[in-house]
Amino acid sequence: MSTISRPGRWVSDHLILIIGLLVLAYTFVPIAVVVLMSFNAPEARLTYQFDGFTWHNWANPCEPEGMCDAVVVSIEIGLLATLGATILGTLMAFALVRHRFTGRSTTNLVIFLPMATPEIVMGSSLLALFVGTGFSGDLGFWTILIAHIMFCLSFVVVTVKARLAGLDSRLEQAAMDLYANEWQTFWRVTFPLVFPGILGAALLAFSLSFDDFIITNLNAGNEVTFPMFVWGSAQRDIPMQINVIGTAMFLISVLIVLAASLRGRRGARAVA
Amino acid sequence: MSVGQVASELEHEPEPDPAEVEEPEGGRRYTGYLLIIPGLVWLGLFFLVPFYSLVATSLYDPAGTVFSGYEMTWEWSNYTTAITDNWEPLLRSFVYGGLATFFCLLLGYPLAYAIAFKAGRWKNLMLVLVIAPFFTSFLIRTISWQLILADNGFVVETLQWLHILGEDGRLLNTPFAVVTGLTYNFLPFMVLPLYASLERIDHRLIEAASDLYASPIRGFAKVTLPLSMPGVVAGTLLTFIPAAGDFINAELLGRPSDSMIGNVIQGYFGGGNNYPDAAALSLVLMALILVMVIVYVRRAGTEDLV
Repeated sequence: MSTISRPGRWVSDHLILIIGLLVLAYTFVPIAVVVLMSFNAPEARLTYQFDGFTWHNWANPCEPEGMCDAVVVSIEIGLLATLGATILGTLMAFALVRHRFTGRSTTNLVIFLPMATPEIVMGSSLLALFVGTGFSGDLGFWTILIAHIMFCLSFVVVTVKARLAGLDSRLEQAAMDLYANEWQTFWRVTFPLVFPGILGAALLAFSLSFDDFIITNLNAGNEVTFPMFVWGSAQRDIPMQINVIGTAMFLISVLIVLAASLRGRRGARAVA
Repeated sequence: MSVGQVASELEHEPEPDPAEVEEPEGGRRYTGYLLIIPGLVWLGLFFLVPFYSLVATSLYDPAGTVFSGYEMTWEWSNYTTAITDNWEPLLRSFVYGGLATFFCLLLGYPLAYAIAFKAGRWKNLMLVLVIAPFFTSFLIRTISWQLILADNGFVVETLQWLHILGEDGRLLNTPFAVVTGLTYNFLPFMVLPLYASLERIDHRLIEAASDLYASPIRGFAKVTLPLSMPGVVAGTLLTFIPAAGDFINAELLGRPSDSMIGNVIQGYFGGGNNYPDAAALSLVLMALILVMVIVYVRRAGTEDLV
């Protein structure tokens, strides 16, 4: 029994959902702008507004000088950083959830700190390290990669750890009861169950790496990643093709996430 | 793992909990170390050691340049110069960051609540939709806000028509635009922890409140809100920290007079070539944020953070 009437309840129930959906819609407004501007035919070079429709930007995505090179650099760094951070981070997550070692709390602190440090501080301290050790002339691809693995690592650990901690250990016990050895249990039961977590962590790492500007910019030397290209063009005039890349990034990641969550749901059903 | 927990555990190395971790036998005793060491070494070399370099750099003679090299002269005055020259951007960082965090909470809480309690079978889809906009580049999204808030844009013209904004009133290149950009860009950092903690709430507790004649509002205030506090604390921290250190929004949506501390540090490292002052400012920012986080977590008195 409720103290307020049924229609009142209906409104209050749906009000929160409506507000939630409005907030969600608001987060898509800039995305709509990105998609719209990817079809823009600008009249003047320095005004950023919609002047007319064209397929030109989609047909000639690599027209702005250096943009596609920058995209390639970002993809290369993103893939390598994802690989490095996912491997190191998954190992750490397993150690933290499944194994005993001294220094656990210190380790947790060291993993937590990068997430609680502003990027500008991490970026400047890495630059201070590279300059202080005489590598200031070698800033570029490899220093960016080192930085990206560093800041992606903690996010991987946290994501995989959450998945591992939520895992029902009775499933592994059941495998052991059925005479699977540790190795078999790990590869047949534990790993497949943790895999969605690892995949999620890898996707997160890639998007963090691909999108990073503040840390990258400080440690990039003469290398130009895609966000650095966008930053550079925002100071001069903005080629509409960056919106083509932005739209493509959006579509690709949504497809990947949807596919992963569909697979995950099927996997969960198979386990249950 | 909460900051408070971490701090207390650092003082007293906790006894391992036998129920939590099985006692490894024989050769497996070292597996934990083998798994943890590579990642820990990476973080040590490229996260912790750099802080030492940063402290060293902050004490160099400011007369040097990257090309001529720096001399260590224990220049503590770098700190006082850095703060007295830049207390305004420093203050703005905390005000803008704080405002953005507040608005993120205002927008994010209803959204997280709707997903956790009202979305039903659309829950997963809505979660995907929360993250989806943020897969487009941060910079491109921010540039889009330039267009949305532009002087001849729809938003400004509507507000002028409603006489909320004056004839020559504008949004772009104002502190309002900077806070709007920060709020937008860091919203998922608020929504996801909020959702995670709302999701964990046992629905029977809310039903119990309603069975005991609590109105929905009272039930929310007495049961749901207190139980979601860990999410509120985690969300505000995860939003505030990157927002206070950001300079992209201030640069693209504000005027130079709206610049935040990140702009100054970036400028010192970039064209200015003023590494010692930049390092000193970075450390000041970090110290201020750490103090705020510790005070905040103590006052909020929550245990679960990450």
